[in-house]
Formats: sequence, C-alpha cells, structure tokens
Amino acid sequence: MTDTTTFDRGFDTRSWITEKIFMGMSFGDYLKSLLTPTNAIFALILIVGVPIVIYRFAFGLGAVTNLTEVNPWGIWIGIDVMSGVALAAGGFTVATAVHVLGLKEYQPIVRPALLTGFLGYLFAVIGLCADLGRPWKLPVPMVYSYGTGSVMFEVGWCVCLYLIVLGLEFSPAAFEWLGLRKAREWAVRMTLVLTIFGLCLSTLHQSSLGALFLMMPHRVHPLWYSGYVPVFFFVSAIIAGMSMVIVESGLSHRVFKSQLNPNDHGTADKLTLGLAKGAAVVLFAYFFLKLQGLVDGGRFDLLLTPYGFWFLFELLGFVLAPCLLYAIAVRRQNATMARWVAGWTVLGIVVNRLNISVIAFNYNAAERYVPGFMEIMVSVTIITIGIITFRWIVNRMPVLHEHPDFPQAH
Amino acid sequence: METRMELSRRTFIKFAGAAGAAGVVARPKPAAASAIHPVNTPAVLVDTTRCAGCRGCEAACSESNHLPGPALQGQDAVFSKFRKTDVKVYTVVNRAKADSKQGEARYVKSQCMHCLDPACASACLAKALEKTAAGPVVYHPERCLGCRYCMVACQFDVPKFEFDSPSPYINKCSFCAERQEQGLQPACVSVCPTGALQFGHREEVIEDARTRIYQNPDKYVHHIYGESEAGGTSWLYITDVPFEKLGFRTDLGATSPPELTRTALAAVPFVLTLWPPLLMGLYTFSKRRAEASKGTDQEAHHD
Repeated sequence: MTDTTTFDRGFDTRSWITEKIFMGMSFGDYLKSLLTPTNAIFALILIVGVPIVIYRFAFGLGAVTNLTEVNPWGIWIGIDVMSGVALAAGGFTVATAVHVLGLKEYQPIVRPALLTGFLGYLFAVIGLCADLGRPWKLPVPMVYSYGTGSVMFEVGWCVCLYLIVLGLEFSPAAFEWLGLRKAREWAVRMTLVLTIFGLCLSTLHQSSLGALFLMMPHRVHPLWYSGYVPVFFFVSAIIAGMSMVIVESGLSHRVFKSQLNPNDHGTADKLTLGLAKGAAVVLFAYFFLKLQGLVDGGRFDLLLTPYGFWFLFELLGFVLAPCLLYAIAVRRQNATMARWVAGWTVLGIVVNRLNISVIAFNYNAAERYVPGFMEIMVSVTIITIGIITFRWIVNRMPVLHEHPDFPQAH
Repeated sequence: METRMELSRRTFIKFAGAAGAAGVVARPKPAAASAIHPVNTPAVLVDTTRCAGCRGCEAACSESNHLPGPALQGQDAVFSKFRKTDVKVYTVVNRAKADSKQGEARYVKSQCMHCLDPACASACLAKALEKTAAGPVVYHPERCLGCRYCMVACQFDVPKFEFDSPSPYINKCSFCAERQEQGLQPACVSVCPTGALQFGHREEVIEDARTRIYQNPDKYVHHIYGESEAGGTSWLYITDVPFEKLGFRTDLGATSPPELTRTALAAVPFVLTLWPPLLMGLYTFSKRRAEASKGTDQEAHHD
C-alpha cells in the first residue's frame, strides 16, 4: 500500500521538510538557490511595501492613500478587487470547458487555471482587507447582520463561497503533493458539483461587481454607465479569464521549463490557439454588446469629447483590435502572436475596470483622484506576494506536470 | 417591519445551508420605505427665504452630537468659501451663490436628506446604515466594515469617513433619531429663530410648502426640492433663487437609487435555478457523445 510509505515518511520530519519544503535540497543549498536576480527584485519590493502596509493599518487610509471624502474609492478597489477578480475568471472558464462540456484536451491547463483563480481571489480579498476601514468586521455580514438588499452583500457572499470552492477544486494537487490518497479521492469525486457551483457563483459575482455601479448614474460617466454593466462585466470576465490563462501558461513555460516534458510545447501551442479562438468569439460578442450599450445610452454627443475619445480607444483598441488580432493569430497558427494579443487583452480588461471605477468615475467631481506612490506600492506588494505564492506552489505541487504516483490524474 | 426582517433572515440561513434555497433570498423585497406610510414620516421644510444665516443650527447640532463647535463661530468670514459636512460636522450653512431679486443674501443649510428609499442603506452589506421604521436613516457603528460604498452611492455626498483613523467610522446626521423618540424636535430645528426650519409630518410639510408657493407665485421657484428627487427625501427645500445656486444637484431623477439595482438582484434566483440543470444536461450530453465516439473508435479498431 502506498499509504504505508506515506505514513512512514511522516515520522521523519526532517526528510519530510527537506523533500516537501526545500524541494530535496539541504537548507543551505535551498537558501543559496533563492539568490536570484528575480528574487532580489521581489525582496526590494517587499522591503519597501510591507512597512507601508503596516503604516496603513497603524495610521489609517488617509496616511497612505490619496482618497478623500470626494473620492472614497481608488486603485485598491479598481485594480486589486475589480481587475483581480476579473483576471481570476480563468478558473471557472477552463473548469467548465473541461468538466462540463467535456473538452478533455484542455485538461493540462485546468490546474494552472484553478491555481491562478484561487490565488487571484485570495489576493483580491487580501487587497480588499487593506482597503476596508475595519476589515476585522468582515464576519458581520457573514454571520449576523445580513444586508440582503445590497449588491455588495451578494458580491461578498459569492466571493467568499467561491474562494472555498476554488480551494476545494485545487485541493487534489495539494493532496497528491502530501501523498494523501484518500482525501484526494474525495476531492476528485466532488469535481463536477464544484465546477457547476463555481460557475453559478462566478456568474453572480462577476456580474454583481458591475451591478455595484448601477446605483451610481450620478458618478459614472454616461458613456460607461449602462443598465447592461452587469452583462459587460460577466462577458468580459470570460475574456479576461481565457486571456489570463494564455498569458500565465506562456510565462510558466518560460519560467518553469524544468517541470515540463519537451513535447509539452506543441500541446501548449495547440491549447493556446484553441483558447485564442474562443477569446476572439467572445470578444466579438462583447464588442456588439458594448455597441448596444452605447446605442441604449444614446449619448453619441459625448463621443467627441476627451472622455469620448478615451471610450472609443477602449472600444476599438482594447476590444475590437484584440478580437481581430486573435482571429489572425489563429488563422496563421501563430501561438506567439496569440500570447502577445492575450497580454494586450488582459491590459484592456484592467483599463476597463479602472475606467468604470476610477477614471470615468466621479468624472464631474471638483477634485480628481490620482493614486499616490504608497498606494501603488501596496498594490504592487500584494501582487508580488501573489506571484511568489504561485511560484512556491508550482515548484512543489503537481500543477504543470503529472504527479508520478498519480498518472493521468489531471 | 420586524416580522418581515425576521422572515428574510430565516430564509437566509437556508441559503447558507443549501445553495438551492438561495434563490428565495434575493427576491427583490419591497423597499423599507414603502412599508412606511409617507404621512407618518417626519420631515423638515427648509424655507431659504426665511433663513438669516445665523448658524444657530450648526451650534445646536454640534452640542447635541457632542462634536467640536462650528468653525469660525459668529464670524461672517465663514461664508467666504462653500463648506461641506465633515466627520465632525453634520450640518453646515452656506451662503448661496446668488442673492434674491431684492438683493438679500440667501443661505442654505445642508445635512443628510434622510431619503425615503436611501441609497446608503441599500448599499450597506452589513445593515450598518439603516432606514428605521420611524423615518431617520441611522448608523450602527459596530456593524460597519468601512467599505465606503455608502459614500459613493449617496447622491448627496452625505456619509463621511474618518480617513485619519486606524479604526475608522462613517459619520453623518442622524435626524436626531433619539431626540425624536423622546418626542423632541431635531436639535437644529428646535433652535431656529426665524422659522426657516419647520418640522412636521412629510405630507403636511409638503402641503405647507405648496401653499407658500401658491400664495407667493412670483417669489418662489415653483419646485419643492426633495419631493421627488432620488425617490423623495425627508428634508425638503423651497427657495427664491435657482436651486443650482444653492449647491444642489438638479440632474437627479425621481427614481430612488436602490430601484436601479433591484433588477440585478432579481436575477440571482434565475442564475441559481437555471444554471445547474442546464449544465448537468450539457455534461450528460458531452459524456454520452464522448462514450459514443469511443465506441465507434473501438469498432474501427476491431475491423
């Protein structure tokens, strides 16, 4: 029984730590392996960023941010929460494609997508905790004071539940790493239910993040304000998710080369082009939805204003252009091009979320909000810790490759 | 009111247990305001033509809410710039940007409008801001997460946040809810020496405002601000200078802001009831197709 060997190994704490935590190296070698230029940059960011986070909790939001009574929401909402959640949508997109629609060829990217999703949500919540004035009160709406009439309540509950769902969906990889066969079996058995529940929750909160703005026609620029905002958010989250999976797998193939079979490269190109094709179709639909929103709003007169030019730039440069470029990449079977387009699309989604929550938000206010250095550093720090966590897990758990003890597990 | 809230809470617990029951919860509820008959809602009529700009209301408010006294008390210089309410200032009197036709200075008091269907209370995920059955929109600090959605949701920029505190709260005018419970008028109204502030039931107050406009059609602007703005407010204003000059937003519709999100919330049960069966169907379909294609593969191999 394999369980016995696992059990025996559990007794030898030292060798367990060496194998699981230090990746088979001695402590000294492990520390030496950390001395890389990338880690130097990460360390620099953390040395600057972590004290700012501490400073923020000691002295309040006003000490660190440029937020004011006029502009109470900034980039911690626009980037950490709004963009973070959208870019983490790859988890539900790929899981649904594979486990519900039966597109089994995408199996190799399910775990990276789920991990990106899980960490995306986890760090969106951590970012939110930095932004909340009283984050220790988070249990209040969860436990005893239900603001059921609030869209924020729906977002909060869905994000909380979905974080648990993503954790469970990814758990088989962790159990394989720990050699917990029984637990893994149970986790795998829940796959279909979790995937469907995950899609329900994602539909709800991705769209609800947009629905937050429905109540604010007095703040959001008319070109971005639309009754369709929840639909825009959900559809663009699918685009963001697919593009993010392309970007993430492209980067992973460069960074974690040692973990992959040489012949994985051809598979990766094929899957990238498949995702690119899907993203092109959804972008096309999204482009027409945005046009519909524009017609529905009926404010064509605003198109020839600075905000109008910016709106058109977003619509043409970040929606129509990537749609066409994705299609060209697929036609030419050019996976490298698809990866660059994916990067541009991801940027476009971030721009969209920033537009509605920061740039075209409070457009008519007396004072404009521009994030400060410390504010940006907190976002950068949180994203950096997210990347470090992603790397830590990928280096240890069977995410990009199969676990030798669990062949065809994913 | 109370039973309705209890019911929704109980249904909610079902949701936490079984996702299937969740659809029941998010069913759009009638607004808290619609449960209150407008006649019984306390209201204040502000007649700017009667306001002398003495700022007694500011002082009374500060005293009643244990806040530091008003800025530049008794000094005319305070009117040199347009002030806003603050974490420690729940009401301010400003000089209007235009004088009356007779050349008299006009002043305008601002504070929380106490909407009939308030955006802030609907925005709050923890019911820290709540429209009470008695009328005032009150704040429960112990529930507040500090998300500041109420601040951006409010069309009148009323809720203010303690940005400089590591344990910050939202602050705003409470309509002196506690004084009202004791049968007293709000502190500001009780000290107004000129009758510019008139406290009463909303219906009566609106009737009174209409009468003043009818009797002086050349004097007043023919509009009661707050009668329909943002779905209606408990503080109502009449004036003889354009409302923009008083610093009011005149582009607010008659729809209450929470009304705009009710359709989105109504979609929740549909998503939770329609997605699972549809996806299960798709799953079964794709599985059967995969099995069928496997079968033909094997047949092909046998040949």
